[in-house]
Amino acid sequence: MTDISAENAALIPAPQKPVVRGYWGNVWNKLRYDYVTLFFLGLIIAIILIAILAPWIAPFDPNKSSMASRLKPPGFKHFVLGTDEQGRDILSRIIWGGRTSLLMGISPVLFATIIGGLFGVLAGFAGGRTNTAIMRTMDVFFAFPSVLLAVAISGSLGSGMVNQMITLTIVLIPPICRVAETATAQVRTMDFIDAARASGAKTPSILFRHVLVNVMSPVLVYASTLVSASILLASGLSFLGLGVAPPTPDWGLMLSTLRQSIYVQPLVCALPGVAILVTSVAFNLVSDGLRQAMDVKA
Amino acid sequence: MWLYVARRLFLTIPIGLGVTIICFALVYLAPGDPIQSLLPPDASEADKIAIKKAYGLDEPIPVQYVVWLGKALIGDLGKSIQTNRPVIDEVMRAFGNTITIAVISVVLAMGIALVLGIIAAIKVGSWADRLSTAIAVLGISVPTFWLGVVLVIVFSVNLGWLPATGMGEGGSEDFSFLEWESLQYAILPIIAMTLTPLGILMRTTRSTLAEILGQDFIQTLRAKGLSEWQIIVHAIWNGAPQILAMLGLQLGYLVGGSILVETIFTWPGTGFVLNTAILTRDIPLLQGTILVLAMAFVLINLIVDLLQTLVDPRIKRT
Amino acid sequence: MTAQPTERHLQPVPPGDNNDRGGKAQPLLIVQNLQKYFPIRGGVLNRKVAEVKAVDDVSFSVMKGETLGIVGESGCGKSTLARLLMHLMPRDKGTLVFDGDPVDEPHGITLRELRRNMQMVFQDSYSSLNPRLPVVDSIAYGPTVHGVATSEAKIKARGLLEKVGLRPDLFGGRYPHELSGGQKQRVNIARALALDPRMLILDEAVSALDKSVEAQVLNLLGYLKRHLNLTYIFISHDLHVVQYISDRVLVMYLGQVVEIGPVDRIYNAPKHPYTRALLQSALEIDPEHRIETPPLVGDPPNPINPPSGCRFRTRCPYAEAICERETPKLGKAAENPAEHVAACHITNPVAGHSMAGRTLQSLPVEASAPRALAAAL
Repeated sequence: MTDISAENAALIPAPQKPVVRGYWGNVWNKLRYDYVTLFFLGLIIAIILIAILAPWIAPFDPNKSSMASRLKPPGFKHFVLGTDEQGRDILSRIIWGGRTSLLMGISPVLFATIIGGLFGVLAGFAGGRTNTAIMRTMDVFFAFPSVLLAVAISGSLGSGMVNQMITLTIVLIPPICRVAETATAQVRTMDFIDAARASGAKTPSILFRHVLVNVMSPVLVYASTLVSASILLASGLSFLGLGVAPPTPDWGLMLSTLRQSIYVQPLVCALPGVAILVTSVAFNLVSDGLRQAMDVKA
Repeated sequence: MWLYVARRLFLTIPIGLGVTIICFALVYLAPGDPIQSLLPPDASEADKIAIKKAYGLDEPIPVQYVVWLGKALIGDLGKSIQTNRPVIDEVMRAFGNTITIAVISVVLAMGIALVLGIIAAIKVGSWADRLSTAIAVLGISVPTFWLGVVLVIVFSVNLGWLPATGMGEGGSEDFSFLEWESLQYAILPIIAMTLTPLGILMRTTRSTLAEILGQDFIQTLRAKGLSEWQIIVHAIWNGAPQILAMLGLQLGYLVGGSILVETIFTWPGTGFVLNTAILTRDIPLLQGTILVLAMAFVLINLIVDLLQTLVDPRIKRT
Repeated sequence: MTAQPTERHLQPVPPGDNNDRGGKAQPLLIVQNLQKYFPIRGGVLNRKVAEVKAVDDVSFSVMKGETLGIVGESGCGKSTLARLLMHLMPRDKGTLVFDGDPVDEPHGITLRELRRNMQMVFQDSYSSLNPRLPVVDSIAYGPTVHGVATSEAKIKARGLLEKVGLRPDLFGGRYPHELSGGQKQRVNIARALALDPRMLILDEAVSALDKSVEAQVLNLLGYLKRHLNLTYIFISHDLHVVQYISDRVLVMYLGQVVEIGPVDRIYNAPKHPYTRALLQSALEIDPEHRIETPPLVGDPPNPINPPSGCRFRTRCPYAEAICERETPKLGKAAENPAEHVAACHITNPVAGHSMAGRTLQSLPVEASAPRALAAAL
């Protein structure tokens, strides 16, 4: 009998320290096996790197025009993707244009997340009149389709990079604010908030230690879905002439000027749009994967 | 239910007022003196005094707003700087053109979305499911203005099947969807406008139906001996309020966001008017058009909400 | 995984409590005329159209070292009462006296001091612990709020985990979703103990647990109470559990106290018809003694517009005209811990009820429906 029990004892594993993963550890563990998301995440990183490294990567000066080689097809001489109506290298312009386009996609989302998130958390946590005042104001902005609101503000402010950034930030604040408000209002009713209050914690401490950490992930996931929308809106505004001033390369603006030449060089004219499409698809798929990994309901 | 309707109507008033405030503020957002925004640069001193008086520009801003709102309510949105015609005439002439293609696009999108969305929801993981997911991703990712350019390149430049721009010789007066002569002009804009709402509506239909089909009461229906087809009809009816809400939203987005597509195809709708206003910095025209479009969006949302109460038994009962 | 705490973990606190101020006879908590009405909004303009009388004129006291059980149907205001005591929502009226000191009044103790002394254990649910904090941080949070250094608070939290029977090295770093219901509830208890309170409010603290786990947690509560000189307010809808753990019991109906007294007296000789019906509705362990007629029929009346006079009269088999006219009172006796009193006209010889002065046990259990209803049938 003794040796049997000894055998059994050997079978029982020694008590092990269980694997404890924090929230972000869990998210990463799920993402690790989501190859589609990982691929497009890689693509985004590549696009960003190309934009940052534009001065070293771009084969030509994006603003160097040449009357002799205007509107040439892809593969003409050294121009891999052809030239535009002023004889500038399309590939170089697309590489440089990524700088403005990505900046316009990401920075307004960043600003809007900070501002809209702040208002949303405030509205959701304070409730009552503060909530009514903030959320009803947001409702008014929701009464505009986003493109119309962007065109309205941008059309009045006039063109230019800063104006475009202001416009997009204003357009993106209300939806982020609404998501933050909903998430905060949900967290606020939870017992652990009451427990924190019961232990004598003051509001700022509860907000930072208990509310923000729980509101952050739905807001960030939602904000990530807006990057693609922001890129599309920004390029749309540039297309309408409300973005950066002409010599600066920008995908939307390139599409707008090349449009005049579709009968001459159709393929080249469509190229800047491909850059927008690929970037936008990549951001959309990554934010989808992120939402699944972070288990946030749509 | 009537209480709900009354409350919904009541809630529209402050929203509508808020919208007018934003539209009013646009003039002040524009750089420089509002008078310069409201008048052509070569306006005479007499004109300036006249417009100052008409808009009460000497008064404090709240008073100016009330004066402006009073005029807007009776349809006086000022005069276009470029054409010197009343803004309301310019907008209304274009409005019909925008509404027509927006409605057709959204109906087309809904039709395809229903068919593909239902198949995708029934057979999760099938070819239809994957196709609908792909279209959905493309729909929200594609820049519509680029899609327009591509359509023109393929169908007008390369194939030569369809005209690239405009509305035909007769303009909007002679336009008829029954005659190929004019209809052909509308086809490309409609396709360009359809993709985005198609993607979003399909995603909504699929996820709404898939969620309903996964609920316990569907098993009960199956146990009761209903055929699969009857069950799907049941599920669609259950999901109708959500799908309807999304449909209304998409129609509103098309009406308000038509500027890019209309610009590409020079389709003489409100978006085209907006683009002209932006290019010429015609602030009264910009302000008036945006006011009309935003109000249309509010109205569409209101109608959809009220329609929803008709479809949704939960709201009806309260 | 969960080891029962052994005696060596805890040295019993000597009977003379250092924090005691008022002496043995001073109730630890006196509640007087507590009231909370919730407004109901409606109509086109969202104006207040009615009120829910969630807690209506509730008075009682809790003695040092005892466990007061609070029972009642769902929706009777038990949880609102708990949250009012913890000051998690503002009260409309009423005073609290903690160990002789009025709370939140000029000469009394502050809310902050009250919260150091009185803590709450919430019903185990997904929302009782912050999902983004390791449990040791959740426990340590309270002391840090009161100025204890983080490292020190964590050492204390680990000690508390051990006290509630969880090995700190195994469980301290875990997140709530990595714990079972019973383990989560042990963490909740540890968190409540982190401020060294003298009193715990346990709001349905074991209700969501499996029966076997429930028994373990109840034993843990008893063990902690003995060794830490605690006083409990134990809120539950489970009559058996309340009988097991309580010294005295308070019965609530539609936001009011209908009966209060020592646990044996309440369970063996209830004075209020509602209490009797409630006790009869609890399943008898012995199948031979089970009853088939329902002791209570119908739903509780709407608390928005409760019946006049005695609120139980619409479901009471002995209701008479007097019950409609006059509200029966518990009287001052409710604050005397030895008393067993009920808010019923039958218990008052001079109220004018035809059965006044008789004990409930001498009355027939014949009708489960009110007389008026029985007559109509």
